[in-house]
Amino acid sequence: MEDKLVLGGHTFSSRFILGSGKYNLKLIQAAVEQGGAEIITLALRRANTQPSENILDYIPKGVTLLPNTSGARNAQEAVRIARLGRELGCGDFVKIEIMRDAKYLLPDNYETIKATEQLAKEGFVVLPYMYPDLNVARDLQNAGAAAVMPLASPIGSNKGLATKEFLQILIDEIDLPIIVDAGIGKPSQACEAMEMGAAAIMANTAIATAGDIPAMAGAFRQAIEAGRAAYRAGLGRVLARGGSASDPLTGFLR
Amino acid sequence: MNQDNQVYFVDSGDLSPQALEKKHRIEQDPAARSDHMAYLPGMEVIQSDVKDKVIAQMQAYDYDAYTADDVERALAHETCSIEDFKALLSPAAAPYLEQMARRAELETQRHFGNTVYLFTPLYIANYCQNYCVYCGFNCYNQIQRKKLSMEEIEHEMQVIAQSGMEEILILTGESRAHSDVPYIGEAVKIAKKYFRNIGVEIYPVNTDEYRYLHECGVDYVTVFQETYNSDKYETLHLLGHKRIWPYRFDAQERALMAGMRGAGFSALLGLDDFRKDALASALHVYYLNRKYPHAELSLSCPRLRPIVNNEKINPRDVGEAQLCQVLCAYRIFLPFVGITVSSRESASFRDGIAKICATKVSAGVSTGIGDHEAKYTGKEETDAGDEQFEINDGRSIRRMYQDMEEGGLQPVLNDYIYV
Repeated sequence: MEDKLVLGGHTFSSRFILGSGKYNLKLIQAAVEQGGAEIITLALRRANTQPSENILDYIPKGVTLLPNTSGARNAQEAVRIARLGRELGCGDFVKIEIMRDAKYLLPDNYETIKATEQLAKEGFVVLPYMYPDLNVARDLQNAGAAAVMPLASPIGSNKGLATKEFLQILIDEIDLPIIVDAGIGKPSQACEAMEMGAAAIMANTAIATAGDIPAMAGAFRQAIEAGRAAYRAGLGRVLARGGSASDPLTGFLR
Repeated sequence: MNQDNQVYFVDSGDLSPQALEKKHRIEQDPAARSDHMAYLPGMEVIQSDVKDKVIAQMQAYDYDAYTADDVERALAHETCSIEDFKALLSPAAAPYLEQMARRAELETQRHFGNTVYLFTPLYIANYCQNYCVYCGFNCYNQIQRKKLSMEEIEHEMQVIAQSGMEEILILTGESRAHSDVPYIGEAVKIAKKYFRNIGVEIYPVNTDEYRYLHECGVDYVTVFQETYNSDKYETLHLLGHKRIWPYRFDAQERALMAGMRGAGFSALLGLDDFRKDALASALHVYYLNRKYPHAELSLSCPRLRPIVNNEKINPRDVGEAQLCQVLCAYRIFLPFVGITVSSRESASFRDGIAKICATKVSAGVSTGIGDHEAKYTGKEETDAGDEQFEINDGRSIRRMYQDMEEGGLQPVLNDYIYV
């Protein structure tokens, strides 16, 4: 059976979503190619610029743009930025990012639900960035999100799966694709999230700040593919420390 | 005798005897000066505890008490506490500058990646009603004064916009009489036609005035406190509304209350004890961040420069190594804030510091009035107003863009959306 990522009726073979911030623009194309990414995020606050600097020109054809609403401080601003993206010809996908916190850039779940509801009504394929809270994820699903994008650890921190237990709950309980976003610092962490059953990985800083950007994008691709294959294959059991007792506790049963 | 500040005092030839007499009196006799802690009529007073917190920390800061052990402990901590920051600013941290730079580079990369933002300042008027002894615009300094008309502002902005710049910082001398708030607001409305991102660096105003400027299109307000030591401040800002130290301190908070997206801060390093001023600048940011967590805050790091009619002014004990230490400490303590390094610094310093911790640099800079066309195209300009200070790094936007790229950084002209 073909293994595809489906978001709002669109299918993708790659489960690697590449961030485009923090980059040398000239390296984006190479990163997309090496990483095999079919979706690339784009901050509208960066795209809204003059032709010589326009990040849109550096993104290879055929790649789906995922504009984000970074810069929005509430639902109203996010909706306005999303509509602007549509006017600029960025398509119907939108990643909602609403931050009222300049220090950690943690998402505001409450405002995110409100924006999701509005933008889903307007026909956007809405991918909300969120703090992994089960009730919020359910609300986002009910509001019409196409996937949810919980953070693994604070954005840019490269600290890996700090919210692992909660990511697992979302993966287990929510019927939408769970795309792990923010904080993934190295391929092994991406692989681990995929083994857990995440539908895709979004990464930016880990690649943008690597010594060899295209090579790191390639490493992420392999890790994500390996993690996905392992998840589909069904992970074997892990023995508890000390192995199993030779005299079963239930040996008295007749 | 105001011995400490003699270097700043210059008498221009054509001041009247009465003006000279007043100038000398306020320079030398503290009793001849007004109360710098008393608000003037019309100045808004806000309720805020930030000032007290910052000043209490600054006054208690004994940087000589910190040791190499404190510095090493600070560098080993994953998050930098106020105590750690104090250690990093202390003389004991000087031998650790390279380690600090490496840590700062890491923090900068995490938060900003490889990007560096470019902007240019535009001075639209240099009239000033204050006597700040170190500043080229001060009211006793005999310089060519000028205030641009709306047509001249539009022309200057066209010249700058043609260079590719998308972020502009509009500046004036501090004169409500010559450059009132509606004048600045109209200039901002013109700027909206040519630029994506507009900041102002003007005299502090009240909340309703900041709100008006925000509605005109401004989202960032920069105010330099010059020195956080109000006693020293009193001896340097001898006349005018700028003399009122607490009103200036609360300017950024008023701007944020008025809906501005962000604010910029700094002391003018070299005026007083730079370690205490650096501590206070960063804590000003730190406490406002806790109170207004959504605000985008940034720090600058100006040092004293020579001015028209006074070549002797210099940054005193703040050498490039000290400045670098301050900036690295800022970055480690406040990894999320913007750090702006202006053309007061040399090209080599700016190239180096951009790789460590600066996130924004100016380019194509003139601190004079109405001379961008002359600077950018070589066209003769006869009636330009004199500059505020001498710049050190005169690189054009194109050249700065190239140099930043060659240094492995991604220059960014806009990362902002007006909503």
